[in-house]
Amino acid sequence: MSTAHAVRDAATMLRRNLLHIRRYPSLSIMLVAQPILFLLLFVYVFGGTLGAGLPGQGGLGGRDAYLVFITPGILIMTVASVALGTAIATATDMTTGIIARFRTMNIARVSVLTGHVLGAVIKTACSLAVVTAVVLLLGFRSDAGPLGWLGAAALLLLLAFALTWLTVGMGLAADSVETASNTPMFLVILPFVSSGFVPTDAMPWGVRQFADHQPFTPVIDSVRALVTGAPTGSELWLAIGWCLLIALLGWLWSRRLFLRVPAK
Amino acid sequence: MSDRNNAIEVVGLRKAYGDHEVIAGVDLAVAEGTVYALLGPNGAGKTTIVNILATLLTADDGALRVAGHDVRREPERVRAAIGVTGQFSAIDEKLTGRENLRLMADLAHLERTAVPAAVAAMLERFDLAAAADRQAQTYSGGMKRRLDLAMTLIARPRLIFLDEPTTGLDPRSRRELWAIVREQVADGVTVLLTTQYLDEADHLADRIGVLDGGRLVAEGTAAELKRRVPGGHVSIQFTDAARLAAAAAAHAGASADAEALTLQVPSDGSVAGLRRVLDALDDDGVAAVTVASADLDDVFLALTGRAAEAPAAEEAAA
Repeated sequence: MSTAHAVRDAATMLRRNLLHIRRYPSLSIMLVAQPILFLLLFVYVFGGTLGAGLPGQGGLGGRDAYLVFITPGILIMTVASVALGTAIATATDMTTGIIARFRTMNIARVSVLTGHVLGAVIKTACSLAVVTAVVLLLGFRSDAGPLGWLGAAALLLLLAFALTWLTVGMGLAADSVETASNTPMFLVILPFVSSGFVPTDAMPWGVRQFADHQPFTPVIDSVRALVTGAPTGSELWLAIGWCLLIALLGWLWSRRLFLRVPAK
Repeated sequence: MSDRNNAIEVVGLRKAYGDHEVIAGVDLAVAEGTVYALLGPNGAGKTTIVNILATLLTADDGALRVAGHDVRREPERVRAAIGVTGQFSAIDEKLTGRENLRLMADLAHLERTAVPAAVAAMLERFDLAAAADRQAQTYSGGMKRRLDLAMTLIARPRLIFLDEPTTGLDPRSRRELWAIVREQVADGVTVLLTTQYLDEADHLADRIGVLDGGRLVAEGTAAELKRRVPGGHVSIQFTDAARLAAAAAAHAGASADAEALTLQVPSDGSVAGLRRVLDALDDDGVAAVTVASADLDDVFLALTGRAAEAPAAEEAAA
């Protein structure tokens, strides 16, 4: 299998997935609606109170400060939400007869999965653009320059790439489409137990230990620094490290699941 | 079995799921450019053999060569030479017919500039041009099967596996599909076909292997197999059920069809035997008499002790 063929196979499979997304936009719309609903809920229902409790605002933070605070968490939730959709899409795809056909063809076999992952990253980019537009409409303003926004976008897409390899694996491991829609739910819950919605200082010791050290927190902190024009510290390297590790494990796991010759 | 011109060579193929042996030692040799039909009822192991040879399943034991390559050691080379159309639709229903064919042409690594023409030619040849830009999920069963086969053939494989290609198709679609298979064979393609329909094997195959319970119970050309059942049968149609019942009681080995008012009496093919059957009949109770030489149904019955399945009455043999 030459590299040129492998690249062409991945491009072909990506085209297939983009056609699926274009033809069935309802799932994608649902997946981007969820973080927007959470955004509106948190800003307009809880935002006044939560914003007043933010540190460094002297109790005068309010709704606008809270919007700035939770934007990274909502962006992460957008990434997680699309990744969840990919688990469902992968599991659904595996139930179709064409996958068996792909297995009898002389193609780079993992390209079936690469198509899903690259399609999901493109879908995530579109979803992030929509969510960011909503955030700006609601009044998000910061001192961040174009480089900060570009850096945040790059980090979020790296996270999307990593989480998607993981959820592709979950889609392959699931024995049914229902299972595939349930197992990745923790990805949507996990941002709540992080620095995304309230500062971790406010949490009890045990919860705080978890929130401070789970992978989403360095990503959220880095995105927050990038989109508010604050300096990024070692958090950024930790965030990139987590993404690369998750991507590698997800890729190895998915690949093993897909390449194994079924016993029956 | 070492003939270099065999597209498929199988010796001692075995496959079991736990204690349940699905393939219990099968030998096969299929010459290049010929059609070989694996004939057998559901559960005989036909699909398992195809899936093993198409690299979808691993065998427990056996020496397997497909298109000159060892299936276990060089699965990629096997995949490069084969095309598979299974009994379950292997098309992408969300894509249009044209997009499905383009997908296959790209995955077969056809020259990029040649792809649109190859796709258009397939759409034309498989009578799908008018529906080319509709999603495949809107296609009829026959159209889906044609698209499925077109997707297999666009890669120009030298060896194709057709796993029950006409199951569930109407008679016209079946005949169209047979015509396409014959065209392929005329171009030198080798075909391994599985079917539960005797007429299909009779129409298409150069050689037929009768598979039952994971074993080949007989093998040969259709004519050779028919010769194993000496006489064929006499078919008598009666005018009413009472006469049918009376005649059925008089012939121990006969099988009666109450709905069609016919009685099939086994015959040894001799004039004396035929006369004995006719002498026992009332002149005015008989609507028609047909003398048939053995067909594959007789062969299947004789070899397996069960009637084969007929396209129109599948439940009758279940």
